[in-house]
Amino acid sequence: MRRYLRLLGVQLRASALLAMQYRLDFLLDAVMGVFWTASALVPLLVLFSQRKNVAGWTWPEALLVVSWFTLLKGVLDGAIQPSLANVVEHIRKGTLDFILLKPVDAQFMVSTSRFEPWKATDVVGGLGLLAFALQRIKSSGGHLPGPGDAGTAALLLVGAVVILYSIWILVVALAFYVVKVDNLSYLFSSIYDAARWPSSVFRGVVAFVFTFLIPLTVMTTYPALALLGRLEPWKGAAAVLGAFAFAFVARRVWLTAIGKYTSAGG
Amino acid sequence: MATEPRDGGDLRRTARALPTLFRIGFSSALAYRSEFIVWILATNMPLVMLLLWTAVAKDGPIGRFGEKEFTAYFLATLIVRQLTGSWVVWEMSMEVRQGTLAMRLLRPIHPFLSYAADNLAALPLRGLVALPIAVGALFCAGGEQLTKDPVLWAIVPVSILGAWLLTFAAMLAIGSLALFFESSLAVYDMWLGLFFIFSGYLMPLELLPKELHAVVNASPFPYVLSFPVQTMLGLSSRSEAFASLGIEWLYAAGFLALALVLWRQGLRRFAAYGG
Repeated sequence: MRRYLRLLGVQLRASALLAMQYRLDFLLDAVMGVFWTASALVPLLVLFSQRKNVAGWTWPEALLVVSWFTLLKGVLDGAIQPSLANVVEHIRKGTLDFILLKPVDAQFMVSTSRFEPWKATDVVGGLGLLAFALQRIKSSGGHLPGPGDAGTAALLLVGAVVILYSIWILVVALAFYVVKVDNLSYLFSSIYDAARWPSSVFRGVVAFVFTFLIPLTVMTTYPALALLGRLEPWKGAAAVLGAFAFAFVARRVWLTAIGKYTSAGG
Repeated sequence: MATEPRDGGDLRRTARALPTLFRIGFSSALAYRSEFIVWILATNMPLVMLLLWTAVAKDGPIGRFGEKEFTAYFLATLIVRQLTGSWVVWEMSMEVRQGTLAMRLLRPIHPFLSYAADNLAALPLRGLVALPIAVGALFCAGGEQLTKDPVLWAIVPVSILGAWLLTFAAMLAIGSLALFFESSLAVYDMWLGLFFIFSGYLMPLELLPKELHAVVNASPFPYVLSFPVQTMLGLSSRSEAFASLGIEWLYAAGFLALALVLWRQGLRRFAAYGG
């Protein structure tokens, strides 16, 4: 365990050094982050200029969902996506062998191989939006989250990160079979985009898919509901348990996939 | 070095090469079909927006748009987007970075033409999967929303072709920036962000605040998507459509000229590292 922590430290330092080399990227990422967040708000603004209430959500409440979406996006783009995009590259070039040869768990090794700290601007942006939304809810006399609500939301955040990571591991496992999956990440981001809307907007089959198959609802709408004190406790518990079950499945799939891996002869 | 057609002989040679280029493009699209399906599935934004706006319109229409109008609008958006999509900016950026652009430069044909052939050749396959579904859905769910004006219908294909050319030329221009600096894809991200808001991809443009309308209409973005869609649904008059058509093709020509200039300037700096 200690060894893995130390290894994580080394990997983080390597990523940080790499990031320091591209300081200009920080500015670029910050500008792009603000820009994307703002552009995502436009439809929401237009919508709420027409209606006070959309699918049971008021403007500041919907903003809570967006803030959670932005926060998670920062985590996804900064800590999860870069390493796993790396793996796909390794598989294609056959250089994955060098990682498999190392006397540590390969999944740990590939999952920590690259962080992009500059992407943390999205996390900051998300927190800013969150503060703004809460302030608006307060001024309109709405429910302010107590410590219990905030704790639930934080737990759900952990669950959401676990789910995102597991989905990514599944995508990478797929890369062992079909190799060319770099655009699967694009597909996933495009689906993840739907998570910025409160899930009550979706009905029927789509609602089912977004709750159970690609659990977007659990990732952004549940935490917002928790902050508003509207989430039934059993739903929150089920979400977190589900997240860890999902992670377990992803681990199994990864182990099976890597067992089948027959190097590209790098 | 880029070889531009200098005389009639070169032009004829280029024309002769085109069918082959199309065949190559189609075969490579077929070879990477699973990748293609992923790209098609990734164009799901209009469907998400469709769900969102129809859910909102359940309580009453917004402006001119009720549930049916929104459904027709976003299905038409999906169709136009599938037909006009391009990915040449990623291709260029990758080829410049990895040096494989050198291979393309060796061919006795302008690289822009071979990129165009690649892109156009992939369209049938793209269309094969997504279009029948989207067109079918559009006729079933919003058949009566489609325009009945034959003049507008005559404009539709020209406007879609123009939209493709405009998208493609803008991508070529941005892709050529890869020859100057590394972050050309960030520039494209910027374009994409503006596209999302100002092209009508996320919502009908008339729902934007009135103060923005003049700015939006002067930008190239509405002509990439909103204009063909609006024409298809008869949301704009004949005279508006003709005016838009002119602006669209002007923009396309402008971006193409810009791309050619940037390309020629940038190529002087290209040293085919790696390869």
